[in-house]
Amino acid sequence: MRLAHHFALENSLIQSDCIEATEFPDLAGRYRVFAVPKIVINDKASFEGALPEELFVDEVLKAVPSRKGPAEAQP
Amino acid sequence: MGLIGEQDAAEIREQLKGMVSPVRLVHFTQELNLEYGREAKELLQDVAALSDKVSVEVYNFLLDREKVAEYGVDKVPATVVRNGQQSGIRFYGLPAGYEFTNLLDAIMSVSKGDSGLAPETKQKLAQVAEPVHLQVFVTPT
Repeated sequence: MRLAHHFALENSLIQSDCIEATEFPDLAGRYRVFAVPKIVINDKASFEGALPEELFVDEVLKAVPSRKGPAEAQP
Repeated sequence: MGLIGEQDAAEIREQLKGMVSPVRLVHFTQELNLEYGREAKELLQDVAALSDKVSVEVYNFLLDREKVAEYGVDKVPATVVRNGQQSGIRFYGLPAGYEFTNLLDAIMSVSKGDSGLAPETKQKLAQVAEPVHLQVFVTPT
């Protein structure tokens, strides 16, 4: 999943791990990975399937506090 | 060139010519205990052989504790793609198939220092004020 890696390049607070699910079955089980790609954000939020850039970034902002409050408050 | 075919190698060599700054592939492994440990290391070394701007460093997950801590690696095989600075980009497992394309993409992005994201996305990401850990689960096909 390229977008996650590109996000990491933009902000040094973002760490992006691409995990080969079949090689780490315990981890895939823990996060209930039944379909790929599955994206887990800070252990608490997750979604399945490839999202376009603008929706993916909103998922990230929803999951973590941002400097200007929730993403919804943005113009 | 063990794992990359000749034709693929030629294409990858061409693609890597577009690199700007050098990129280091920092690889952590326990080669003998992993199903694809040897393949993962060899694949990275094969890629590095295709460009003088790509280098590979290999560390032992059990013995090189300092490096393991520095890179925050908690499982192997792990590969960090970086230039002078930490990039926040890691691959866990053998980066084969679809993931291989992603690895090349990560190398190019890190080398150019450009995410290629839209200005609005960059703006939103700049608002992130706390550590974010994205774990993307994939399969090779």
